[in-house]
Amino acid sequence: MKRFDYVRPATIDEAVSAAAAPGSAYLAAGTNLVDLLKGGVTQPKRLVDITHLPGLDRVEDLPDGGVRIGALVRNADLAHDRNFARRFPAVAEALLSGASAQLRNAATVGGNLLQRTRCAYFYDTASACNKRSPGSGCDARGGDTRLHAILGWSESCIATHPSDFCVALAALDALVEVEGKAGRREIPLETFHRLPGDTPERESVLEPGEMVVAVRLPAAAARFAAHARYLKVRDRTSYAFAIVAAAAALRIDAGVIADARLALGGVAMKPWRAREAERLLMGARAEKANFRRAAEAALAQAKPAGNNAFKIELACRVVVRAFMLAAAGTPERMPALPASPFVTVSGVLTHA
Amino acid sequence: MGFSITLTINGVTRTIALDDPRVTLLDLLRERLDLTGTKKGCDRGQCGACTVIVDGRRINSCLALAISHDGADVLTIEGLAQGGQLHPVQEAFIAHDGLQCGFCTPGQIMSAIGLIQEGQAGADPEHVRESMSGNLCRCGAYQGITEAVLTAQRTLDAASRKEVA
Repeated sequence: MKRFDYVRPATIDEAVSAAAAPGSAYLAAGTNLVDLLKGGVTQPKRLVDITHLPGLDRVEDLPDGGVRIGALVRNADLAHDRNFARRFPAVAEALLSGASAQLRNAATVGGNLLQRTRCAYFYDTASACNKRSPGSGCDARGGDTRLHAILGWSESCIATHPSDFCVALAALDALVEVEGKAGRREIPLETFHRLPGDTPERESVLEPGEMVVAVRLPAAAARFAAHARYLKVRDRTSYAFAIVAAAAALRIDAGVIADARLALGGVAMKPWRAREAERLLMGARAEKANFRRAAEAALAQAKPAGNNAFKIELACRVVVRAFMLAAAGTPERMPALPASPFVTVSGVLTHA
Repeated sequence: MGFSITLTINGVTRTIALDDPRVTLLDLLRERLDLTGTKKGCDRGQCGACTVIVDGRRINSCLALAISHDGADVLTIEGLAQGGQLHPVQEAFIAHDGLQCGFCTPGQIMSAIGLIQEGQAGADPEHVRESMSGNLCRCGAYQGITEAVLTAQRTLDAASRKEVA
């Protein structure tokens, strides 16, 4: 690990000023950043420790029925907040399907949004990587690409965004509140992360020094609470990143879909909101054939970045099954294995 | 440039001079405070051998910068036994053979204590397995570990009911 300067600001203003200097990085729990520092993957000159800033660790109900989640709220605290989990069950399920209990106890909401890809070539400093070292090339191309992108990738970068939390947030129209030198602004989570294009080193729309201070979910997101699920296929039952995941939410009126939300994880460098699929489901019956049509629409533009064509059909099946689970109803209690395909629900085919 | 932090470790408050901000909580415990019960396995947050309880929550000490935890209360495996009496989770690990080589055991035990305090698992072994997934055991003592956690949870629940009564 390269030596860095450590500063611990007392206010958000001080933090933003300190982080605006080139070579600075914010430190929250460090569950991703410290790992990257140890590997020499990132080498900031200065860490701005925001964990001691007051007032950023609260989950607040807003007068308009929405909820505001402070950037320093820990993943576990949010997932186990009963009032929150009751209103936004797919978000809680996504959180609990990520990482391990120890990591969820430490990792923050803001840090989750800004975590880096787990592409092995990004982590391996002996490999070429346009994200880590712009212009150096991409050794993932033609390499081991089983877990790489099928949507929105470019010749420069085929990595995926690893978050589960962000997938559920994208499906439910979350907003990100950020503070910078120019003041406070809001960004829809759906447009917060950038696709790689020719500049894979730029992963979000944040300007240098800008800091995530909160994430908001609108009141309308809670209207899906009765039919909202997260489903995540991974290489082991627990404590693994998604191969493909989906957040699916429905409002159903007498068997007919009044509204639908869908976002996919593990398929692109951002949580992938599938609006065309949502439109197809409006007014349709909550049935498997309709979910399959929606899934195919969601994956219509997909193409393999290498030896990962299987992820396209897998993603279709994950979408169908996530909608089948959502249609069957949000379970009263969080499943013992959150978001796992190894849990059966009566009436839902496990081989969808 | 030096830094000074205060930590309460196993009930004892100490002021610690740090000459480098890069020191993790794990390295501070093992290399500077001679508390080598907490193990360094992968050092990258993947194996759970370094699990300690900080401010009542189990975390991976290998990914925690010590300087950022200024003011924290830390419980390690050395802080569990009281006057020669093992903690109920330690006793349960012995009773159920929840170990073989023992390298992952301090992390498993601290993680189990965190899990029981979190109160999410209940009596469901599936829940326990899921909630212990951040602790790897290469000897494969998982069955004994799960049984130990369930037994310790019952013992601690019964003890707390007694206290209330």
